[in-house]
This record gives sequence, C-alpha cells and structure tokens, in this order.
Amino acid sequence: MQEIHSLIGGFEVALSWFNLMLMLAGVVLGVIIGVLPGLGGANGVAILLPLTFSMAQQPGGQTSAIILLSCIYWGALFGGAITSILFNIPGEPWSVATTFDGYPLGQKGRAGAALTAAFTSSFVGALVGVLLITFLSPIVARFALRFGPPEFFSVYLLTFSAFVGMSKGAPWKTIASMMLGFALAAVGIDTVTGQLRMTFGFTDLLKGFDFLIAVIGLFGIGEILLTIEEGLEFKGTKAKLNMRVVLDTWKELPRYWKTSLRSAAVGCLMGIVPGGATPASFMSYGLAKKMSRDGAKFGTGQVEGVVAPETAAHAAGTSALLPMLTLGVPGSPTAAVLLGGLLIWGLQPGPLLFTEKPDFVWGLIASMYLGNIVGLIVVLTCVPLFAAILRVPFAIIAPVILVICAIGAYTVHNSMFDVWLMLLFGAVGYVFKKLDYPMAPLVLALVLGDNAENGFRQSMLMSQGDLRIFYANSLVGTITTLSLLLLFWPLISMGIDAIRGRGAKE
Amino acid sequence: MQQEKAVGSVRTWEVIVAGIFLAVGAVVIFDSRRLGASWASDGPQAGYFPFYIGVLICLASAMSLIAALTKPNREPFVNWGQLRMVLVVMLPYAVYVALIDNPVYSLGFYEASVIFIAVFMRRLGKYGWFKIAAVSVGTMFAFFLMFEIWFSVPLPKGPIEALLGYQ
Repeated sequence: MQEIHSLIGGFEVALSWFNLMLMLAGVVLGVIIGVLPGLGGANGVAILLPLTFSMAQQPGGQTSAIILLSCIYWGALFGGAITSILFNIPGEPWSVATTFDGYPLGQKGRAGAALTAAFTSSFVGALVGVLLITFLSPIVARFALRFGPPEFFSVYLLTFSAFVGMSKGAPWKTIASMMLGFALAAVGIDTVTGQLRMTFGFTDLLKGFDFLIAVIGLFGIGEILLTIEEGLEFKGTKAKLNMRVVLDTWKELPRYWKTSLRSAAVGCLMGIVPGGATPASFMSYGLAKKMSRDGAKFGTGQVEGVVAPETAAHAAGTSALLPMLTLGVPGSPTAAVLLGGLLIWGLQPGPLLFTEKPDFVWGLIASMYLGNIVGLIVVLTCVPLFAAILRVPFAIIAPVILVICAIGAYTVHNSMFDVWLMLLFGAVGYVFKKLDYPMAPLVLALVLGDNAENGFRQSMLMSQGDLRIFYANSLVGTITTLSLLLLFWPLISMGIDAIRGRGAKE
Repeated sequence: MQQEKAVGSVRTWEVIVAGIFLAVGAVVIFDSRRLGASWASDGPQAGYFPFYIGVLICLASAMSLIAALTKPNREPFVNWGQLRMVLVVMLPYAVYVALIDNPVYSLGFYEASVIFIAVFMRRLGKYGWFKIAAVSVGTMFAFFLMFEIWFSVPLPKGPIEALLGYQ
C-alpha cells in the first residue's frame, strides 16, 4: 500500500504546530464566511487568496497556504448548515436541501439535534470523500500521465457537457453563460500567436479577465444585492448545543447508516463529475425520502432528512478536489479558485503534481482528514458564537462585506480597474441570478478557457483540422461519447419522457 | 409597503439580456474574423477557437430570445421598492470605489472605507454617530493591522496614513 506510506508522509507535513494553527484559523474563518450573507466558499477563498501570496514564497509555504485555503473551504461547507437550520436561510446553495427538515426540527425545539446530525454527517461525507481521494487520485494521476491534448480536451468537454446535462434550468442559458466565460477568457494576448484579442485598444484589457474578480463580483456583490432587495431580517431559532444533546443524537445516527452510505456514494459520484454539491444534496434527499421507512414524514423535521443532504454535499464538495488535483479540471467554483491559487503559487495541477510535488499533494490530503476533524470540533463547540454573527444587524454587516469584496478584488493584481470590473460583475450576477442564468459554468469556462483552447488547438494541429481525432482511440472516444451523451441529455430525457407518456416526474 | 410598480416584466428582461448576449457574440465573431478564424500555414489562427465561441453565444442567445418571446413570463422582474434598495447600495458603492483612487484627490482604501461604512450605517441603520465611528474606524483599523502588518499586502493609502509615515 504505497498510498498509506505517502499519506503518513503527508501527516508528518501537516502535523506541524504552524499548520495546525492555520487549520484552526481556516476553519473558523470558513465557518464565518459560510454564515455571512454574500460570502461563500468560492468568493471567500478568492478574497483571502492574496493573503497567501507572501506565505507561499517561503519554503514549504505552498503546503501551508493550501491547508489554510482548503480549511476555509471545509469551514464554509460546515457553516452553510448553521444558517439553514437556525434561520431557514441556506448560506450556500448546497444547504438548501438541509432547510427542508433542518428548520422544522429547529422549530420543534430540536435545533441541537439537527445541528449535531448535520455536522456529524458532513464529517462522515467528507471522510468518505477524502478516502476516495487518497486511494483513487494516485491511480487517476498515473492514468492521466498518458493523456495527450485530445484526451485533455475531451475531459474539458466532459466537464462542460456535464453542466449542460445536469443543470436544472434552461440548457441554452447554461450554454450562453459558459460561452461568455470562454469569450472573456480569450480576451487579452493570445498565448500562441501573441496577437491581441478583443482588447479594442484598451490597455486595461491586455491582461484579460481574471476569474477571481468574476467570482468575487458574481457571487459576492450579486448575492448581497439579492439579500438587500428582500430586505432581509434575520429571525432565528436559539441554538443550544450541549454535550448531552450531541451524545443523544450520536446514539440515534447509526440507525441511518444506509442513508449515510447511499448519500456519500451519490455525493462522491456527483463531485467527481462536475455538477457539484448542490444537485448531489437534492438528489440524495430525494432518494432518502423515497427509500426511508419514514419517507412520508420528511419535511416535518426528520433527522434522517438532515443526514442525507449534508452527507452528500460534503462528499461532493470534497471529491470535487479529485479532478482538480489529478487532471487540473476543477469540479466546482471553489475548486476552481483553489486551482487558481495553485497556479499563482507556481504549481501546475495535473498528473505531474503527484510525482513532482508529493510533499504538497500528500500534505494537502492529510490536512483534509485533520481539517475536517478540527472543523467538527470547532462547529460543535462554537455554534452559539457563529449564530450570534447573524444577529449583527445587516446595516453593519453589509458595508463591511462590501469593503472586504473591494479589497479582495484589488489585492488580486493590485489594480483599481479590477475593482470596477468586480462592480460590473456584481450587477451581472444580480441580473443572472434573477433570470436563472447559472454562474458556475461561466466561472469554470473563464478558468479553463485558455487550457481548453490550447488542448483544442494542439489536437487540431495533430490531426490537421480533422475532428475525428476525438475518436482516434478507445480512451478519447469513450470520454467524447460520454460528453456528447451528457451534452444532449436534456434532449434525450425529453425524448424518454415523451415515450413514457410524461411519466413519473417530480 | 403598498403594491409597487414593477420595473419591466421578467420577459422584457429576458429579451434585453438575450439581446446583450447576441451583441457580445457578434463582437466576438467580428473580432475573430479580423484576427483570422481559419488555418494559416502553421496551424489554427488566433481567432479560430473564439470564432466558434462567438457563434455558440449567438446561437444560445437566439434560442433564449425565442423562448422568451414565445413563452411570455409577465411576472414583474423587480419592483421599484426593491430596485431603490439595490441602487441605494450600488450608487454609494460606486462612489466609494471612485473615492479610493481618482485623478483629483484619492482617499485610499482605509479612509474611503470608513466613510462608506459610516454613510451606510447612518442611512440604512440610523445608528448614532458614536456607534458608527466605533464600528467604521475599528473595522478599518483591524484591516490595516491585518493587511499592512501581518500579511504585508499593501493597499492604496490616503492622507492620514501619509501623515503617520506609512506609504
């Protein structure tokens, strides 16, 4: 078991006092970010990314930096559950399904049980995800070493087709938003020919659009505007979480082991194939409702109804890092931001990372185990503290978040132009959200645009413009077929529905 | 609050956004054609990939446009009260960004943020000046420590920092 060996090495890296402190700081920051409106995993990590620039330059600092950022991510995943259960406000999109049973539980005076169940199953989900990463990622990485440009392009195609196939909204809107991302990614100097593309004489556009700015604007400012529009008043349930409630809930949880296992499996699958945590949480909630003995009582405050979505969301959120590390293809916007961080620190994610930087990779994987343990302890002990943050009036919290967003946008490249761009992206995000244009495809296209384009160009060069290169061997052919299947899934499922005579639809 | 007037229906906005997308797609196609969207002697030209992106943007937005026109959704997109709230935040925010750095008199991040937080708290929260001063100055002082000293990420600074000798 070479993986176990590497993992032990990783623990040696991650278990320094400095790194443990960073984990604690990251998780606490992450939970706060997850609880605050307008700040979430993706833009929270994006805003804090510049703080790691100087840290990453020290020896071993890259590992510390990724530990800090990934722990912020774990914290944000945990934090989403707090607002869903106590305030019926999903802090993150993947916590929406948690509100279905979590909030009623809180209303019944069992908020403590709901929180304990949510945190514990988050932890279980994450643990399954990390185990998957530990044992599967070296295999995927070895496998991916054989990839050439056509294979990489077909993986990108798979990523983007998955968005079209799995989105709940209008597929054309997904495509439009994705292609906008590609177009924005193309702005600036073309890396191959050195020509200027779509700059129209503006020098500010020479360096192109940075996706971090887009993330901060779209997810941060856009979200705040939506919150303000609703004139949100936070009215929450009191959180009381003492050791007895925790232990009682823990005694109850083993009963739902089937739900946990199923949800973890759903989460891992959905996390690896991009599509992410949000559909995973809904899907496993739906499955649990169908398959549980108490299915009919779901929605009235069942602990099992909290276990299912939380396990899946965390499993998906964690396993989204697998394709990011092994292939350089992030499965979610937050994974994309982490990928951006790696690139800025001078690391190239992908199969070679495992052979060239084993310290970094295994340090990160080990920190995932530790970070989630730290996270579980922090959230179980500090819930009232985090809930108190939500009681700070909006008129105080909103301007501070807006200031943080502006600073975050500025520090990415020390450029005021970026702050204006962020403002623009904020307005775009607001309109997109209101019209159901998905934003994750835009962000991922902006991140992967250049790579996808290079993969496509190089493939075309290899084949002299013949598209059949994407069916040249069984490997690339399989991935391409899968992608096309996913891409046309909306049409295919419409066809199936038509044949079945508009059968069972939820 | 009384029933307020809507600012355009969802349908109107669907059409507007699809129209903007269509225009963006056209710009992308135009610029890709300018750069050359076919093959040169050494392979695909710079506009080769973006050209198809532009075509797809146009196609996708045309489909959204058709969907919006054939399935009219007359629900209000946003009503005046909501839009007013959004503008009450966005306009001061834009002024704030302008204050940070402009050709006339730049305040830097810290001073501009203090003013922004104060104005926001006063207008939307009706807080007393003492509380406002405590929150705005306290927050920015903490940020100053965090960015300038702990993480050594310098932000644009204004006249007060200059007086204190930070540049």
